[in-house]
Amino acid sequence: MTEPRQVLEVRGLRVTYRSRSGRVSAVDGAGLTVTAGQITAVVGESGSGKTSTAHAVLGLLPPTGRIEAGSIRLRGQELVGLSRRAWQHIRGAQIGLVPQDPAVSLDPLTPIGRHVAEVLRIHGLATRATAPDRAVELLAEAGIPDAAARARQYPHELSGGLRQRVLIAMATAARPALLIADEPTSALDVTVQRQILDHLDTLVSTGDLAILLVTHDLAVVAQRAQHVVVMSHGQVVEAGPTSEVLTDPRTGYTRRLIADAPGLHSRRLRPSAPAAPPAAEAPAPGPLLTVDHLGLSYPAHRTRGRDRPARPAVDDVSFTIPARTTLGLVGESGSGKTSLARLILGLARPDTGTIRLDGRDITALRRRDLRTVHRRVQLIYQNPYASLNPYFTVDELVGEPLRNYGIGDRAGRAQRIGELLDSVALPAGIRRRRAAELSGGQRQRVAIARALALNPDLLVCDEPVSALDVTVQAQILQLLVDLQQRYGLTYLFISHDLAVVRQIADRVAVMRGGRLVELATTDDIFAAPRHPYTRALLDAIPNQKDPSWNLD
Amino acid sequence: MIDSSPIAARARRVAGAAARRPGLVLSVLVLLLTMGWVLAPDWFGGQSPTAGVAQQRLEPPSGRHPFGTDQLGRDVYARVVHAAGLSLGTALAATAIASAAGVLLGLAAGYFGRTADVVISRIVDITLSIPSVLLSLLIISALGGGTLHIAVAVAVTSVAGFSRLTRAEVLRIRTAVHVEAAALCGARWWRILARYVAPAVVGPVLGLAALDFGLVVLAVSALSFLGYGPPPPAPEWGALVASGRNYLATAWWLSTLPGLTVGVVVLAANRLSRALETERSRA
Repeated sequence: MTEPRQVLEVRGLRVTYRSRSGRVSAVDGAGLTVTAGQITAVVGESGSGKTSTAHAVLGLLPPTGRIEAGSIRLRGQELVGLSRRAWQHIRGAQIGLVPQDPAVSLDPLTPIGRHVAEVLRIHGLATRATAPDRAVELLAEAGIPDAAARARQYPHELSGGLRQRVLIAMATAARPALLIADEPTSALDVTVQRQILDHLDTLVSTGDLAILLVTHDLAVVAQRAQHVVVMSHGQVVEAGPTSEVLTDPRTGYTRRLIADAPGLHSRRLRPSAPAAPPAAEAPAPGPLLTVDHLGLSYPAHRTRGRDRPARPAVDDVSFTIPARTTLGLVGESGSGKTSLARLILGLARPDTGTIRLDGRDITALRRRDLRTVHRRVQLIYQNPYASLNPYFTVDELVGEPLRNYGIGDRAGRAQRIGELLDSVALPAGIRRRRAAELSGGQRQRVAIARALALNPDLLVCDEPVSALDVTVQAQILQLLVDLQQRYGLTYLFISHDLAVVRQIADRVAVMRGGRLVELATTDDIFAAPRHPYTRALLDAIPNQKDPSWNLD
Repeated sequence: MIDSSPIAARARRVAGAAARRPGLVLSVLVLLLTMGWVLAPDWFGGQSPTAGVAQQRLEPPSGRHPFGTDQLGRDVYARVVHAAGLSLGTALAATAIASAAGVLLGLAAGYFGRTADVVISRIVDITLSIPSVLLSLLIISALGGGTLHIAVAVAVTSVAGFSRLTRAEVLRIRTAVHVEAAALCGARWWRILARYVAPAVVGPVLGLAALDFGLVVLAVSALSFLGYGPPPPAPEWGALVASGRNYLATAWWLSTLPGLTVGVVVLAANRLSRALETERSRA
């Protein structure tokens, strides 16, 4: 290629959705250009219109959505106003889609080879006889090892990374000019994320392909995209070469996005208020939580006629958390970190080992005694959309623990709910709203207020920010740090993201395959990781090795 | 494009939704009309359902007698209208008994699990394996005929469906993250059952109740067709069809029109139940 060719040109795009109160505008005059041989990233918070734009380009707006104005040109051909028939020759053939969640995007009853073969046959690129072989070739091309054998496997037999490769093979089967990747790696572990992004890089560099990468992760953008388009409230607020936009952002919105991106920082968050004078009672610096040789195995089961041995989810794990400190617990999915959290909360029973809270053995308590433990140990879930009953009002949600433990009378509880909402910086006006009417960040604040209601000592935070936008993520992390200082809380902070852990933890424990492979202070982990797996995790953080993006 | 008045927008949306689904509108109208028959039969029926005019025996449908007259000169339309109270009342009672019992059994089976689940689920399986008409007849021959007994007999055959549906919903809800979170907040089992599980069961159960109502109307009519219903001359839909049987060759309207009425009501109830079902899956 001698000169860059424009593959996609979007001009003045306006998309609206039908809602209870008339039509709501999601994209308002957005324009962007995607060039062959490059990755163009669209970034923005949820609700910024980036996904609506991508769906409009694919002709996949939901029935309530409508393109009001603007033009979308693919290699000069106008796509707005095409008939359904005409779209069938565009989608899959000229534009491919790599969806966000590989777990739900494949038919569980169809082998992966047939998924790819079907794409080829729909677009007339192979016959019934040639399609299976061609599908194997494409799967191998997408980096699936032993593709001929794998083609006969079903989606559930594959890991998330391999499934995403299948989807990439399907999206590129018809050699489209444009590939739209909608948050292609958000559902994947960091080390897998890097492999998938590497693969997308190769695709772009070898062919005439252009990629439109929709993402919320600025660190990924910094490392992978040549062009970046920043969207906010349905409009493009900034666009240009990635190096220029990220080093010299012209709008406040972009500056804030960059400032909130955890991957680009290396500093521990400090409480926003100055430290209060030390409390009268000297805090005992002894361990609040002691976990000793803890083990948990899920029972053996038979798969495909073979006996699978019992797989340890937690394998001989020991650590302590001193009072008023934060232990970060890092590992990929399946490493046993959530199982560990459930053991500590008494939601699962360990096979071996003991758990002690303030010296008291809480390993195998009866249900009634467990209730007393939950007054001191509370959990904040990953997904505030799932952990709050959508039909309850904020008042009911935050008041629930007070009511259940019979704390205070009606008036006293109302006052306490007010204090709790105040401490998580939620306005009092929100009290009568239902959980379903709140944003993700507001919901997580409600969940935190509920966890604080009983004045616990230990908060177990299971990926509390990974379902949230970067800007909201930064606010919640700051809130957790402030609350720790104010109430003298101890945190067990679970995350798959070392960059997030670095901002909040005093010490970091790394888990892999149920074992604790490394435990050290946060500074030591980042400066001198000892275990090779820790090093692999560190390398997987985008831009760790690229000093030009380090903003500190 | 964007409307300033929410009331006007709402009215237009309702009208638009109705225009897109004329079948549903018709079904609701049919059910409203039959409700009217139940509540004020004299107002709809006009003529007496029991007093016949000897000169007007076996007259075909006309302006004066929309459904014609029977062998005693009674207006069939008036009889159909007055029968609605008995037929639908019995059906409503049966549906209410079936859903209440089914929900309680389903809650117990789903929430407590283990022994309770095994015992309840096997009983449910057994009732499902017996043909429902046979089961109803068995119960009636044990209890004797009459409106209430018919309601109970029909209800027993429907309990299984409600119980299974409720059990499945409970199993789904009780593993939900927000229910576990409630337990961590110290909520005891009865509170979780009452405040978290039960409300989630209401929607699906209403959908099934509407569907079941149609079938129950049919079952009640079938039983009174077989002669287990209220004694004559009290009109009942199934009994009307049965009594017209003997004159079918000469007076087709005697059995056909009451039979069609039953069919239309059952169809309307089915359509409404489907609408409830899709609303729920969309929400």
